[in-house]
Amino acid sequence: MALNEFTITQLRGQLERGETTSVALTQACLARIEATDERLNVFITVCAEEALAAAAVADQQLAAGSGGLLTGIPIAVKDIFNTIDVRTTCASKILDNYISPYDATTITKLREQGAVIVGKLNMDEFAMGSSNENSAAGAVRNPWNVEHVPGGSSGGSAAAVAAGQVVATLGTDTGGSVRQPASHCGVVGLKPTYGRVSRYGVVAFASSLDQVGPVAGNVEDCALLLGAVAGYDPADSTSVDCPVPDYLENLRAGVAGKKIGLPKEYFIDGLDGDVQKSVDAAIKVYKELGAEIVEVSLPHTEYAVACYYLLATAEASSNLARYDGVRFGKRQDDGNGLVNMYEQSRTAGFGAEVKRRIMLGTYALSSGYYDAYYIKAQKVRTLIRQDFLTVFEQVDMLLTPVAPTPAFKIGTMVDDPLKMYLSDIFTIPTNLAGTCAMSLPCGFSEEGLPIGLQLVGKPFAEAEMLQAAYAFEQATEWHKRVPEL
Amino acid sequence: MKISQTDVEKVARLSRLSLAPEDLETMRGQMDAVLGYVDKLNELDTEGIEPMAHAVPMANAFREDEVKPSIGVERALQNAPASGDECFTVPKVIE
Repeated sequence: MALNEFTITQLRGQLERGETTSVALTQACLARIEATDERLNVFITVCAEEALAAAAVADQQLAAGSGGLLTGIPIAVKDIFNTIDVRTTCASKILDNYISPYDATTITKLREQGAVIVGKLNMDEFAMGSSNENSAAGAVRNPWNVEHVPGGSSGGSAAAVAAGQVVATLGTDTGGSVRQPASHCGVVGLKPTYGRVSRYGVVAFASSLDQVGPVAGNVEDCALLLGAVAGYDPADSTSVDCPVPDYLENLRAGVAGKKIGLPKEYFIDGLDGDVQKSVDAAIKVYKELGAEIVEVSLPHTEYAVACYYLLATAEASSNLARYDGVRFGKRQDDGNGLVNMYEQSRTAGFGAEVKRRIMLGTYALSSGYYDAYYIKAQKVRTLIRQDFLTVFEQVDMLLTPVAPTPAFKIGTMVDDPLKMYLSDIFTIPTNLAGTCAMSLPCGFSEEGLPIGLQLVGKPFAEAEMLQAAYAFEQATEWHKRVPEL
Repeated sequence: MKISQTDVEKVARLSRLSLAPEDLETMRGQMDAVLGYVDKLNELDTEGIEPMAHAVPMANAFREDEVKPSIGVERALQNAPASGDECFTVPKVIE
């Protein structure tokens, strides 16, 4: 059976009525992975044995009439989440042999709800990239066209859902790493408000920006998964103690009377024609659904990429200092002392993009440059956040493209890091502002590649944003298309 | 030019990375392009603007100082490249 034909709620119903079993669903997933992953390279680790054992337990719970929101549902997670006694590599050679000694809070929550964790997904090394080409496990391929990238850094998380390998996944989003691959793979991906979801046990890239986000085949599943992982966690001092609403409860509320802003800085000349056309059509749908569309301005948008690549690299250089060959990870040592051991381990363990970002971040934080680069960028971040807060006094949410182009071809941007960085221009500002945003399918290019629509919500207004996404999804057919594999 | 090969070598040392001589110029060029681009921020007057470290306004997160179970020595050492006597083992630090 094809798993991407049903919503999680439908599958839960089938499981409860005994029309299928979790073991059967999990076997279907494993068979699908077996049949497609040689071409797509989505999984770094498949946990077949553990998954089938968890599925058998889920079936017992279902038979006993107990269980949670996700009991028996096969899910996979980006290889950045610690999963006890399973490898967590972050797609890096330096963590190639790392076995998680504990579960991330989000993984604990998934397990508590009964999810069956099928495996760990490919990604850009340490979540640094926009194409999933920076992986020690090799590039992930886009299920819609294997010559193209799936986007990044959660490329595996998006491709796995698009290819019907699992029902839903978790990724992480530091500058667009859930939304951009969701857009490129034609699935739904959500970056929650900073502080909404615990990062405890998630390998850190840029701590003032990182958020965990769900990826699913439709808006309802995305809402369900967000509800399952959201909430305050005493183990993450940046998680916010505010109640988690039931995201499914008012999902059908519609958008009539809502004010949706179009930030003029996002509708630029460089926008790909097919993207422009699809987003214009989406705006028309929202008008027909009764939303009021108004033009707004986020005047500091053009500074977001520069601001981000200073702050994210600075934080990365600090976070990645822990990979020194002492407590975990690869050690390379020719016997020339401690500092040499550090240097050799890190040089052998990190890939080119990670090294580049550590270097940039170290430079921005180094004596003599700290004020000019790091503090300057932090001040510009204040201006960017202020842009959003001002605009949210005028409108309920924003509508923009996710990326300036559909997925590009593998290998076409690897030699030009700056050009690659600029492709994140529409997703980065929301990470800097800390607000929530999501990507949902809104069309296809002439070449047949998916195009995503971005909704940006007020801080902690995920429910309202999901309602708008659901209304659009119900009015369109884009989410029903699946790639031929 | 924003950054010289000497600067790149210094940053590599600070980052505990060693660059092969043939990679030095590529790294310099790529860093130079990014640093040239981020200069854009200087177009903005940020006099009097507070730097922002965090997306959510939040004071320190305090908790009671209570003794709780921890991960344990065995788990903590399970990924160590070298260990002994319940400790991480490192190359000799003091000659």
